[in-house]
Amino acid sequence: MIETQREPLLRTTRLTRHFHLGGIFSRQTLHAVDDVSLSIDEREIVAVVGESGSGKSTLARLLAMAYKPTRGEIYYRGRSVQGLRSRKDLLWYRGQVPMVFQDPYSSINPVFRVAHGVMRNLILHRPELDATGRRDEAERVFDVVGLAPSTEMLRKFPYEMSGGQRQRVGFAQALAVKPKLILADEPVSMLDVSIRAGLLNLMVELRERESVSILYITHDIASARYVADRIVVMYAGHIVETGPADAVLASPRHPYTQLLLSAVPDPREVSTVSTSAAVGEPPRVVNPGEGCRFRWRCPLAVAECERSTPLLRPLAPEQQAACHVARADAGLSGGAA
Amino acid sequence: MASSPSDAGGPLLDVRDLCVDYVTIAGDVRAVDHVDLTLEAGEFLAIVGESGCGKSTLLFAIAQLLTPPAEISGGSVVFKGKDMVRLAEDELRHSRWRDYSVVMQSAMNALNPMKSIEAQYTDVMRAHSAMSAGEIHARSEEVLRLVGVDPVHLRSYPHQLSGGMRQRAMIAMALLFTPELVIMDEPTSALDVVAQRSLMSEIKELQRRFGFAVIFVTHDMSLVSHYSERLAVMYAGQLAELSSTRALFDRPLHPYSVGLLDAFPSIHGPRRTLAGIPGSPPDLAHPPAGCRFQPRCPQAMDECAIRQPALYRAGDSLVRCLLYEPAPETVR
Repeated sequence: MIETQREPLLRTTRLTRHFHLGGIFSRQTLHAVDDVSLSIDEREIVAVVGESGSGKSTLARLLAMAYKPTRGEIYYRGRSVQGLRSRKDLLWYRGQVPMVFQDPYSSINPVFRVAHGVMRNLILHRPELDATGRRDEAERVFDVVGLAPSTEMLRKFPYEMSGGQRQRVGFAQALAVKPKLILADEPVSMLDVSIRAGLLNLMVELRERESVSILYITHDIASARYVADRIVVMYAGHIVETGPADAVLASPRHPYTQLLLSAVPDPREVSTVSTSAAVGEPPRVVNPGEGCRFRWRCPLAVAECERSTPLLRPLAPEQQAACHVARADAGLSGGAA
Repeated sequence: MASSPSDAGGPLLDVRDLCVDYVTIAGDVRAVDHVDLTLEAGEFLAIVGESGCGKSTLLFAIAQLLTPPAEISGGSVVFKGKDMVRLAEDELRHSRWRDYSVVMQSAMNALNPMKSIEAQYTDVMRAHSAMSAGEIHARSEEVLRLVGVDPVHLRSYPHQLSGGMRQRAMIAMALLFTPELVIMDEPTSALDVVAQRSLMSEIKELQRRFGFAVIFVTHDMSLVSHYSERLAVMYAGQLAELSSTRALFDRPLHPYSVGLLDAFPSIHGPRRTLAGIPGSPPDLAHPPAGCRFQPRCPQAMDECAIRQPALYRAGDSLVRCLLYEPAPETVR
């Protein structure tokens, strides 16, 4: 977020995606992602946290070029990806920025052995490899994601694998294309609790061993803190807060982040937090108009919140929040969680 | 509507030695294996476990909602002094909704999409009471208000409500007759954390107010940490540990409970590396010999692969692990 001379791996400027709702005469527009500017450095794990309807998955799909942005730009290594037109360029970008999907039960083709997806990626994206090279590479990526013994695992059908193993196959497919940035859309939310930790650890490991960056999309702020260097909190299509993971969790500035954190049950704590403020209604994103989109739920809302949409502004070192009320002074910030 | 006290001093619900089999061509799969549970009136019991551990099957068996290929192959479910396993469908109908009700996991699928909320409430009350149309309408408005939904939504169809409101409407439906037991199967799993939190508090508040007992099934242990009195951890069809919720979080005994607790990243304190639990739950068609958790257990001993542990008492907890087996000389 902070402008440096160095160009980040991937950068978006005021990225926006609207969806038209209803028939051709309808004037309803769903603002899924609005004016999102973020950057991801090499070997960095950035977590995008938000509830359903916050636009986090749309953001991932925009970055994967599955959707075209309504406005705004995506720059990969300083180069605008909207300029990519030829099949070769698109293939190259998709190889650099692959995606891992939420549901490991429906994202792998059930009629082929799991080697199929990896092999297909290798044929498409790494034409320099011959058959033996592909075989070796497939075994290597399976080893990296912890599917051992890889020769045997490659021969399995998806139904022979557990959910955790399938999700590892998803990561192996992404790794096969030699990516620089993996877009992981809720990769652990469908998995059992005991399996999740292994996948979270795998993401951290991939950064170390394969030097990839990861955009980790999640609704679980605790797991975001566990894997990510930086956290981006989204609400109703806007980024409401961003900063180093530990800082955001230790002293959240935006009232939404505070609400989110107070709602996370922590079994290690004995106390129960009062829930008077926790009115859990989804954000309004259809024709939202001017003003802060959190104001209906916000305990701190003032008149200004209705008039203008707050912009991200620095409130602490490397930490920014989009709130008219949140204060900059560290220890004395208004409305502790 | 007033709840009658359950039979002389006995627990509200007494599950003994309950077994449920899924009958398949390839052989029977035992999804619930000799489970014992008791529930006092007004108690909040949570059952946690991973997918496939039998927690939902257990709950369906208690509510007598199993359909083939699942069948109860042994044990009893004594509710208010009557063994529900042996009751005929006719007799069960008198109890359903009035004495106990079930809140299903996905309100989207459990509510009829073609009918308004009021029509669905009316349906239940017509089938189970002799209330007049006026009474039915008044009661429908009343229960919806109880869960914090504006009664105008009685005319709404499920698709017009948000996920949280749908789930609330389901809970309101379960409270139509103020039953003594409400059985809940992951009612909050489709919701966001914030909505989840407020719904949990509301369930707890309603429970305090009306004094019904709750059995709450979930895969998310941390969700119930502040709401349930007792916690049952299930693994591979068996109870692994049964204890007071606070004790289980403070001092988990079974290695599986320890592993589950360690699998949650915390939002406070230093970042620790999460171990998780290696491997995956066993195939219940071919459960491992000895202790079912032994292939994944960090504390497994040689004996664990040979002998099946029983539920042993350790302090106020029950735990199925050989580590807690009483020393031979004290066994009689």
